[in-house]
Amino acid sequence: MSTAIDLGVAFAKVAFIMGFVLNLGGLLTWVERKQSAVMQDRVGANRASVYGLRLIGLFHPLADAIKMLTKEDFMPARAERALFLAAPFVSVFFALSGFATIPFGDVLRVGGREISLQAVQLDAGILYVFAMLSMGVYGVMLAGWASANNYALLGGQRAAALMISAEIAIGASIMGVCMVYGSLDLQEIARGQGAYWGGVIPKWGILSQPLGFVLFLTAGIASTKRIPFDFPEGESEIIGYFVEYSGMKFGMFMMADFLETVVIAGMTTALFLGGWQVPWLLADGLHVPGGLVWTLPHLAVVALQVAAFVFKVCAMCWFLLLIRWTLPRFRYDQAMRLGWLALLPLSILNIVLTAGVLLL
Amino acid sequence: MTPVKTLPVTRQTREIARQRFYLVEVLIGLGITAGHFFRNMGLWVTGRKGAVTYQWPEERRPLATRLRGLHRLVRREDGSPRCVACMMCETVCPAHCIYIVAAEHPNPEIEKYPERFDIDVGKCIFCGYCVEACPEDAIRMDTGILEFSAYSREGMIYSKEVLLALEAAGQDGLPTVAPPPSLWRKGLD
Repeated sequence: MSTAIDLGVAFAKVAFIMGFVLNLGGLLTWVERKQSAVMQDRVGANRASVYGLRLIGLFHPLADAIKMLTKEDFMPARAERALFLAAPFVSVFFALSGFATIPFGDVLRVGGREISLQAVQLDAGILYVFAMLSMGVYGVMLAGWASANNYALLGGQRAAALMISAEIAIGASIMGVCMVYGSLDLQEIARGQGAYWGGVIPKWGILSQPLGFVLFLTAGIASTKRIPFDFPEGESEIIGYFVEYSGMKFGMFMMADFLETVVIAGMTTALFLGGWQVPWLLADGLHVPGGLVWTLPHLAVVALQVAAFVFKVCAMCWFLLLIRWTLPRFRYDQAMRLGWLALLPLSILNIVLTAGVLLL
Repeated sequence: MTPVKTLPVTRQTREIARQRFYLVEVLIGLGITAGHFFRNMGLWVTGRKGAVTYQWPEERRPLATRLRGLHRLVRREDGSPRCVACMMCETVCPAHCIYIVAAEHPNPEIEKYPERFDIDVGKCIFCGYCVEACPEDAIRMDTGILEFSAYSREGMIYSKEVLLALEAAGQDGLPTVAPPPSLWRKGLD
């Protein structure tokens, strides 16, 4: 009986994460269009309608899905069949599974149970997310190799080079966070950010690790392969690793990019923006500095935490899209130089500085 | 080997250094785009328009009142064309897009009338010379109609009957009658 409930709880958590990530990823295609339009003084896609109901263009993701599913599914004659078919799935799978260890709330106590609001509890949760993020590039490399197309191969190679230079910078830039909060478990890191300086300023990662935040964000955007680091795609020059893909297979690569954006937003939230922490919200209620206390029931506190997490991830997605629609693309060599000559040394410097401060 | 000269730190080199640092410039850029985003969102949320684009065909950009749109043939009180088939417009037309066949008018006070009056708007350059040349004020370009189209070159040729049926645009510059339907489609029916 108890096992069944445990299973049910685990399933519910996974379902929540999957539903959240997939829906947000799908919605991001709409947000991307609308946000870019608003940033550029335009209206954006608004023509898809159901019986004249336009709903500010919300039907466009649906129309896209129908279009992609009904399109001719083309495969080059000389493509490596198995790898060609597997590549989009590899991309989407690893992008989806990356969110598993990111906590979306503290412990929920229901019916004598303590449920940690996190799909998978791993002591080395951060490493898991990175493993999934870097595995994601295999899909891209497979696509580049299996397409039997020189441009696709170039794109795949670029993706691999980008991933290596970005991944090392990501790993090194979050070392500072792990040192400050003393754990590799994302739930522990999120809890650690519930502390306060002088009882007022929340000890969020962005304040304790500002340099680490900038480095992580830059490298994180690079690992999503989106503008300004989209030279694996390089729309204007090589079209990139998915040049031979059409229909839903292409759609899955696009999805993977959006899902990776969500994962990076979730990671940034968990590591630097306090995770599910609401400022001054403790386990028993809101403690506003100055002595004001507003007691809240346990369920309300948990609901607030989950809402805060969702809000932060959405805000972070907005910010990532803002960057995507502001900056032009780096050239391949520029991005390599940025990765190896700026991000990596700076993140090592960040580790040294953090260690020095912690020793004092 | 020439020794490397150290450049003096001028304003220009400082500027280059700042740009090479990326972060400041990136933040300035983000500030600009985010500024546009929030200004436009504020307009949208308060029920105003936060875009500079026009949502044609629901929304039409305001056009000049003297805009030369699709031609129309002005009618007499009895509905017949005011045109006397003098061939002035056909002669002046630089694009040779007007084709008139003149015929004897039953009324002796009117010399001739156009049996055929075709304008190939596919050739027309909308210069308005025909309107200027007309001694009878029989052809005007004040319909305000811009949205005429056809599926073939033949469909772009508008006959006397089509042109006679058109009306002048309203005070707001919007057409008061629908643009002529595609003749090619009509032929298919």
